[in-house]
Amino acid sequence: MNSWSLLSLLIWLPIIAAFAILALGPNRAGLAKMFAMLTAVLTLVLSIPLWQGFDSSTAAMQFVENVSWIPSLNINYHLGVDGIAMPLIVLTTFITVLTVLSAWKVISKNVHQFMAAFLLLEAMMIGVFCAQDAMLFYVFFEAMLIPMFLIIGVWGGPNRVYATIKFFIYTFFGSVFMLIALIYLYMKGGSFAISDMAQISLSLTEQIWIFCAFFLAFAVKIPMFPVHTWLPDAHVEAPTAGSVVLAAIMLKIGGYGFIRFSLPITPDASSELAGIVIALSLIAIVYIGLIAMVQKDMKKLIAYSSISHMGFVTLGIFIAFALVAKGGDTNMALEGAMVQMVSHGFISAALFLCVGVLYDRMHTRMISAYGGVVNTMPLFGAFFVFFAMSNAGLPGTSGFVGEFMIILSSFQANFWFAFLSALTLIFGAAYSLWMVKRVVFGEVKSEAVSQLTDMTKRETFILAVLAVAVLGLGVYPEPLIDVMRVSVQHLIEQITISKV
Amino acid sequence: MFGWSELTPVLPELIILATACTVLVLGLFTTSEKGGLLVLTSIAGVIFAAIATAKSHMGTHELIKQVLFNGNFVRDYMGDILKITVYFIMLFVFIYSKQYLRNKNIFKGEFYALMLFGLLGIMIMISGYNYITLYLGLELLALSSYALVAYDRDNTASNESAMKYFILGAIASGMLLYGMSMIYGATGTLQIDQINMAISQSNNSMLIVFGLVFILVGVAFKLGAAPFHMWVPDVYQGAPTATTLFISSAPKIAAFAFAVRILAQSLEGVFDQWQHIVAVIALLSIIIGNLFALQQTNIKRLFAYSTISHIGFMLLGFLGGADGYSASMFYIITYALMSVAGFGMIIVLSCKGFEAEKISDFKGLNQRNGWFAFMMLLIIASMAGFPPLVGFFSKLYVLKAVVDQGFYVLAGIAVVFAVIGSFYYLKIIKVMYFDESESDQEITAGFDVKSILSFNALLQLALLLFIPSILNYCIKAIDTL
Repeated sequence: MNSWSLLSLLIWLPIIAAFAILALGPNRAGLAKMFAMLTAVLTLVLSIPLWQGFDSSTAAMQFVENVSWIPSLNINYHLGVDGIAMPLIVLTTFITVLTVLSAWKVISKNVHQFMAAFLLLEAMMIGVFCAQDAMLFYVFFEAMLIPMFLIIGVWGGPNRVYATIKFFIYTFFGSVFMLIALIYLYMKGGSFAISDMAQISLSLTEQIWIFCAFFLAFAVKIPMFPVHTWLPDAHVEAPTAGSVVLAAIMLKIGGYGFIRFSLPITPDASSELAGIVIALSLIAIVYIGLIAMVQKDMKKLIAYSSISHMGFVTLGIFIAFALVAKGGDTNMALEGAMVQMVSHGFISAALFLCVGVLYDRMHTRMISAYGGVVNTMPLFGAFFVFFAMSNAGLPGTSGFVGEFMIILSSFQANFWFAFLSALTLIFGAAYSLWMVKRVVFGEVKSEAVSQLTDMTKRETFILAVLAVAVLGLGVYPEPLIDVMRVSVQHLIEQITISKV
Repeated sequence: MFGWSELTPVLPELIILATACTVLVLGLFTTSEKGGLLVLTSIAGVIFAAIATAKSHMGTHELIKQVLFNGNFVRDYMGDILKITVYFIMLFVFIYSKQYLRNKNIFKGEFYALMLFGLLGIMIMISGYNYITLYLGLELLALSSYALVAYDRDNTASNESAMKYFILGAIASGMLLYGMSMIYGATGTLQIDQINMAISQSNNSMLIVFGLVFILVGVAFKLGAAPFHMWVPDVYQGAPTATTLFISSAPKIAAFAFAVRILAQSLEGVFDQWQHIVAVIALLSIIIGNLFALQQTNIKRLFAYSTISHIGFMLLGFLGGADGYSASMFYIITYALMSVAGFGMIIVLSCKGFEAEKISDFKGLNQRNGWFAFMMLLIIASMAGFPPLVGFFSKLYVLKAVVDQGFYVLAGIAVVFAVIGSFYYLKIIKVMYFDESESDQEITAGFDVKSILSFNALLQLALLLFIPSILNYCIKAIDTL
């Protein structure tokens, strides 16, 4: 089945291309762009056999590659995907194509470095989702910080240095404790393989310490209240393409980390501390939703909305423990979290791209600078309204599916959890639609707005593709859920068995 | 009396000694323009020494351990691995320093002769098997270093730092000798294996511990570990960059070997006594090094404080048993390669009449020369320990050894300060990539320097493939001590 090392190809192709693009030098920007586009498309095409060849009837790792890397530390180059990782890899390759396309005309400074950084980032993110060796995971997890640091810092807005250093230090600080936890687990079990780590029996105290170390890493990444403050800054200062990748994929790594590490390795601690995580998630959903409402900057608003939506992901993951105790539909909670991650990948990417479209024309992101955009940009207006609706969780769009699944399963756990999380349907609608109302509708606000030109073919294409994805996932999410069903089932078996 | 058979194992040392003398004499007759000959002679000497060292490991019977000269000198696996690393580093040093000395108009034969004598000192420190031999190697290295620091004689900063280095170094040597005499008094011998044996049999631990403390002070000073680190920033900053390049790399490897010979080999029996002292020294170094580096605006000073923190990390490994020593060995080897690249970069960016000493001199390097900015990025990221560069793996291995022994808090503090430390490394990346350039000066370095530096920086990535084999060398080296 695995004669041609598909996963390695997915990881190494962008890396090699990135170095080739770097070697092109600053004077051949057009060639660099073409080359980057080619690589991104090729990677996307390569992920089709990944989807096609994936066997959704088993929870075992597929497309496995396992080569010894550092024998004296027992670190292996061990790749593989299951139903949880596979959709996220496809999401990554898909979004990367769109980001490369979105940066086509916008970036004029050091184009080759920009493209190389994006391809490196793509490779690292695919690597994170494939890695079955904890140390390999950690290497990819950390290595993606440097390209992102440069993307925000070199091509970002006026306050970019502050934002990017904050981003870096937050995420770096979060993850180093995970490193110690991983080393500790290695000492206990003698292996860095994630699946072996899940087998080690640990006392509750040990589990709680390890859980906290993991939690710090992933909560910063996803990000959860109260360690979310780096995200709005990073989003506001990042170039559009950077924001898109950050929101659409990098945040998902936090959620993926919870599912891959925290739940199977420390099930008892997760169960013990699920209440705290659920509380933090609900705070994120409600409180951050309210904060989003008062934002004046569109990107900041979407950033806060991302945090609020990520609250659903953590809620879905940890409500599973409450459901295990009560005997509810645990699968639905975890599947809902996964669907929410993929769906948010599409929607947040689309929203940031919409803001990018406006920003490229007006060079401001302030809501107050706009008004009546629909009069000059009808096509854009339509897309923007559509994506804002899906962000608010309109039925028929992908935003609805995940949220609804999670709200339903939290209803089984506790009425008040469901009540609080359902508030997002109101708050989400409020901040999304209010933003749309102020930006798109109403009187033409200024001379500048009246001179706006509608979207180019390139921009329309990007948003149309995303709109199709959002609608497709919203109307018929079954293929996605089908892929992950068995893997989620396996995960639930792992978390219901106590390790103490 | 010893015959030829006893001299073959020390052939590398003899070659370096001969080269040093040759360069000293040649230097009298060569002018600055024709100085290439001196560099070539030095390089040839080092390469021959490398061949002589490596030859013992070729063929059927492998050299494991050979004690020579009535137990004064040892050829073992660890020594040879470290020596080969040192040769490698010296090649970088020779090539980088040539351009710098020419630019500053201080190119003279003595510089290379002194470096070669320093190298000889390093080799003796690595191979000494008797406290007196170790001390002689140390002093040979130290005297050469004092002279090298003061080498730019018309520069007051250079003189001042040489003076500081000399006085503090002399005090440390005194401490060391005093400690050694205590150990001698307690055990009746100065030879490493005999001390070890005597300690395991004696019950006079009071005197031994008393000597141990003084020895630790001396070792910590030579390593530049806190709280005996005061000389490091001043010397790094004041010395000509070519000298800093040297003292920040190869002597650290010698100091590691020195510490292993004394602490791990001869004083193994009192591990319980010295582990706490070493833990405190290591932690203090990590904390002080990282915190003080945050404030620096001079990049040489910044690297000095970063060295202190790296030394602290390396010393942490000493607490981790056999695994820990090999982790430390791996750490110091990779660190020396990074450090030499970092100072090499400063030399490359300097040109006639201008020394790239301030962090702001790196402003906008990406615009001026994207390639070198990328090389510097690799070096800095490796120093900071960001994966996937080799600096991460050396930290990982040390942390693993420390966690293995149950020192969770130590490991926790170490990683927290690694995060704090990442800030000043990020600051350099920020300056190179995000800021506008203040000068549009071309990089005038010669092709040889540029390509060697690129090689040196790319090693930070390329070594990833060789980590398993280097680690195996380190493990084997410690196992066969």
